[in-house]
Amino acid sequence: MDEKKTAQLKKLETESAELMKQIRNENDIEKKKKLIVKREKIERKAVALRNNRKISRETKKDLIAYSFIAPNFIGFAVFTLIPIVFAFALAFLEWDGNNAVKFVGVDNFVRLTDDTFFLAALKNTLVYVVGTVPLTMIASLALAIVLNQKVKFRGVFRTVAFFPYVASLVAITAVWKMIFHPSKGPINAFLYYVMNVPNEELPQWFSGNLVMITLILFSVWKYMGYYMVIYLAGLQGISAELYEAGGLDGANTWQKFKYITWPQLRSTTFFVVVMLTINCFKVYDIAVMLAGGGDGQLSTSATVLVYYIYEKAFKTWELGYSSAIAMVLFVLVLVITLIQFQYEKKLSE
Amino acid sequence: MNNKEKKFRSQKRNALIGKICIYAILIIITALFLVPFLWMLSASFKTDREVFAIPMQWIPDNPRWENYVEIWTKIPLLTFVKNTVILTIVVTLLQLLTSSFAAYSFSKLQFKHKNLLFLAYIATIAMPWQVYMVPQFIMMRSMGLNDKLLAMICLQAFSAFGVFMMKQFYDGIPSELCEAARIDGMSEYKIYAKIMLPLSKPSLSTLTIFTFVNTWNDYLGPLIYLRSEEKKTIQLGLKMFIGQYSSEYGLIMAGSVLSLIPVIIMFLCLQKYFVEGVAATGLKG
Repeated sequence: MDEKKTAQLKKLETESAELMKQIRNENDIEKKKKLIVKREKIERKAVALRNNRKISRETKKDLIAYSFIAPNFIGFAVFTLIPIVFAFALAFLEWDGNNAVKFVGVDNFVRLTDDTFFLAALKNTLVYVVGTVPLTMIASLALAIVLNQKVKFRGVFRTVAFFPYVASLVAITAVWKMIFHPSKGPINAFLYYVMNVPNEELPQWFSGNLVMITLILFSVWKYMGYYMVIYLAGLQGISAELYEAGGLDGANTWQKFKYITWPQLRSTTFFVVVMLTINCFKVYDIAVMLAGGGDGQLSTSATVLVYYIYEKAFKTWELGYSSAIAMVLFVLVLVITLIQFQYEKKLSE
Repeated sequence: MNNKEKKFRSQKRNALIGKICIYAILIIITALFLVPFLWMLSASFKTDREVFAIPMQWIPDNPRWENYVEIWTKIPLLTFVKNTVILTIVVTLLQLLTSSFAAYSFSKLQFKHKNLLFLAYIATIAMPWQVYMVPQFIMMRSMGLNDKLLAMICLQAFSAFGVFMMKQFYDGIPSELCEAARIDGMSEYKIYAKIMLPLSKPSLSTLTIFTFVNTWNDYLGPLIYLRSEEKKTIQLGLKMFIGQYSSEYGLIMAGSVLSLIPVIIMFLCLQKYFVEGVAATGLKG
């Protein structure tokens, strides 16, 4: 054992000396630097060997760092990274999950182009995103500004605004369905008895043309509290001096908002819009619970992309086709996020 | 002099009008947020016919407490609650522990391939889970995890979001603190446990709220994985009940109220750290 060690040490020392010679003779600075780094590594190994340490200090440092990451990363790699890679491949295959896999190239995507249910889902999802993102952003910003003022019971108001976000969807959609019940709900009862809207003209909140509007309104109601908190955090980062300076210059409330609050909140707004967009594209349970029938079935007027992914995968077991829809969802989210990043970059220049 | 006083008075009046407007807006908004919850609570004490009776009674004359008893026998609610509680607690604990652990390394230690590893986390935040839920399910099934709570735990406990959030927070804690401890001979594990963890109350509370709420309320995940009735979570159970007894309005509302209680309690306990946590974790961007 000891002999082996001395031999190894000797080998390292000769290597180091050899390198030292090379370094002296080297004229190119870049190459010289590389050689120096190489020699340092060997020296470190030698030191570790002399001090009877099995692994060098550097390696030990790396190992400690990895030991912190490992518990999360292993789970993350197995249950997230691998399936993601798998998802890309699946879109080009035909598979029912049990029998043989067949490679079909872009056939799945070609089939999508004249699938009317898919096109309806795509359209509805886009309508939902376009409606929900700006409305939620404006509502949450307004609410955050109001709740950033010095008002009494501010904490209570903030807490209450967060209730809809915390509440489970199944429970809260059940209430909405009752309140907006087409024939018995209090909203339509009000329209019928007080506003004298005739029976056949009472709005059908969960079907036909109105359903997307109901979904959007519900989402704004449910999620504005969440984005309000993010805006509140952003507002607290704006220094009070800016407003004082604005006040001295005679700026009114609107001008203060336009020239101080809004520009100062740019990165917050960017974050809110990016997160909102990603989250809106994921819409599924809201649609199923508000507009779905007893068995959760959605009609073309309220279907969304994720619903169709689920149906194709777990009802008819067309895994490849389902993954092709998932890819459309992914590309949409990716492209829009990239455009948003590009736009933010342009603004900050 | 007189002019100045006039101006002062009108300013004061404007301020007062502004205040009144703000409170009026606040009260209207709060009502919009609260009314569905109050309606739910009120309906949960009514018979099915009373729920939609006109004029509406906010507090029914003879409240039907039986709704809260009956709901436990109509569906195996206790099993659902038990499953959800186990799932939520395990996921939240794992999430807090592994995320803060990994985040410490990403924020305060130097090591090989650090940027590459962190990029893997960041890249998946923008990736909707729905994009890869199908291959994930196939994989879990081949591992024999179909219809097991363990599948849901594996799925939800290792999110990229948690690591990202905790790292943002740790980046805000000066590195000198760790350096000093290192010079004193503390090991990295000790620095994490004795210095970083006690400082991360706001961000841990925020992450707890997010994880707890998401796991407790998740619907699509359990819908895919938990097929048999004794494995179902409270969301699935409640949805099933609504599907079967769609006109038992009072009971549906009682079940809904029950499903909300744990999350609301959790939120009320931790909410004082909440805004601070969101601000400190740089979630604002």
